[in-house]
Amino acid sequence: MKRTTFIAVLAALCAFLAAGGIQASELDRFAGLKGTIDIAGGTAHIPVMNDAGKNIMRFNPDIRITVAGGGSGVGVQKVGEGLVDIGNTGRAVSEAEKSKYGLVSFPFAIDGVAVVVNPKNPVSELSAQQIKEIFSGRIANWKDLGGPDAAIHLFTRDEASGTREVFWEKLLNKGDLAQNANIVASNGAMKVAVAGDPHAIGYLGIGHISKDVKAVVIDKVEPSQENAKSGAYRVTRYLYMNTKGQPTQLQQAFIDYILGPDGAEICKKHGYIPISK
Amino acid sequence: MLEKWVERALFVSMLFCALCVTAVFGFLVYFSWPLLSNVRGLAGIFSSVWKPFMGEFGILPMLAGTFSLAFLALVLACPLAIGITCFIEGLAPARPANAVRSLVYFMTSIPTVIYGFVSVFVLVPLIRDTFNQGAGFCLMTSAITLSLLIVPTMVISLETEMRQRAEEVRLGARSLGLTPAQELLWVLLPCSGRGLVVAMVLGFGRAVGDTLVALMVAGNAPVIPHTLLDSIRTLTAHIALVVATDSQDQAYYSIFAAGLLLFLIMALLTLLVRTIGGRFGQGGKRHERAF
Repeated sequence: MKRTTFIAVLAALCAFLAAGGIQASELDRFAGLKGTIDIAGGTAHIPVMNDAGKNIMRFNPDIRITVAGGGSGVGVQKVGEGLVDIGNTGRAVSEAEKSKYGLVSFPFAIDGVAVVVNPKNPVSELSAQQIKEIFSGRIANWKDLGGPDAAIHLFTRDEASGTREVFWEKLLNKGDLAQNANIVASNGAMKVAVAGDPHAIGYLGIGHISKDVKAVVIDKVEPSQENAKSGAYRVTRYLYMNTKGQPTQLQQAFIDYILGPDGAEICKKHGYIPISK
Repeated sequence: MLEKWVERALFVSMLFCALCVTAVFGFLVYFSWPLLSNVRGLAGIFSSVWKPFMGEFGILPMLAGTFSLAFLALVLACPLAIGITCFIEGLAPARPANAVRSLVYFMTSIPTVIYGFVSVFVLVPLIRDTFNQGAGFCLMTSAITLSLLIVPTMVISLETEMRQRAEEVRLGARSLGLTPAQELLWVLLPCSGRGLVVAMVLGFGRAVGDTLVALMVAGNAPVIPHTLLDSIRTLTAHIALVVATDSQDQAYYSIFAAGLLLFLIMALLTLLVRTIGGRFGQGGKRHERAF
């Protein structure tokens, strides 16, 4: 009896060490490194960057990692002007940006964008064509879509939004967007607006969807991370890290960590699909 | 000796302030120059269509949004401010007057974001359900919220003026046998015309300059409003929304133009308050002599 307990404890200890060993090997690349990494840009990236930063700083207190938001445009500008080390974007950097600043891009995850309505709305399935007509303003009443007789309240995102860009390119095919649609400045504000208005329609990063809003099934495909990964759901985008020129040793270590198994776990935890290296 | 040094220090800080303002102006002109210097760019900016993805960068809708919002907020706030000021400057007994005065001073310290936040959860659904037209994010909602924001500024400015005038005219008014209410209505208010104009211009300026309330509850659609329930975008909200875009894009220059416009509007308002304020000021003195 005593012997079995001992073996069990030993086994647990081995497992613990092994697990620790694996994690250490992921973080090992930071051993002996020193310095700071300042990160800014896309807001979708923030939770992933924060978690990675926390793990790394706990492993090696000589490394300081700061994370700020600002949006994809700010990410490009700040890294380009040398104000931060890594600028995050929720879109590929444009040719003009790339050539002006000499940026190098590292995609690390896929994020899907879903069309959302209020949970009280009986409409839960739409075709891509219907969505185009809704957002261009040609369909303006829910009764044309099998819902109640009420005006559709359109919500869209600001011009700097990566989420908007994906939605506009992949779902509206760069089509018309009604000029009188309300504009909100973040995924959070979009959720609040749609959750509070039974006749609203908008769109959100799949990672932001909760029970407060209802994600619409588009052309029979459910907007889930699984469908986004398999390619069945096509309203998706890549999340990028960008450096000015080739990354330094420390920056490279950070990028490798995000692209490695630990980074993949963190991405999954926050609702994104990691791109395995 | 000390006085000389204080004088010099004050002069230097004045010079520094003036320099900063001039630098901001120069900076704005410099950055919006690529757009202002060619006729097509200028015509593009002063157009009513904002479709940045199709090469249309008109900011007239934002200008219209800013003015309609500030004007409406002022119309709502003006009677409120006058009423509150009269209440605390004569109509009310000391205790309630002090309570209201403290409340107004407290209101100035509430961060704008709180007004916006509460408005999104309370006023927006109320307006949406009451009028049953649009999503509730509109000119009317933001004007009501903004009027609450500018009332304290107006009350404080008006009250300061009224209290000064009160000291000058009180004895005369009392000796004529006027009741406090009569004194307020027939002597104090007419004497405080300058204060009222200054309060209005200050309130208007605050309304033009506010960003967060407009960004959170006005809806931000870049169209010229036709009804009170239309979604509008102000110049300030426009800057906040566009500042994060691709900085190599032409849309980016439009925010410098928007900034330049805001700067000019504020300069004009200040000039207005100086000239009108001055004229009314003399008027005030004339009243004084009459007593």
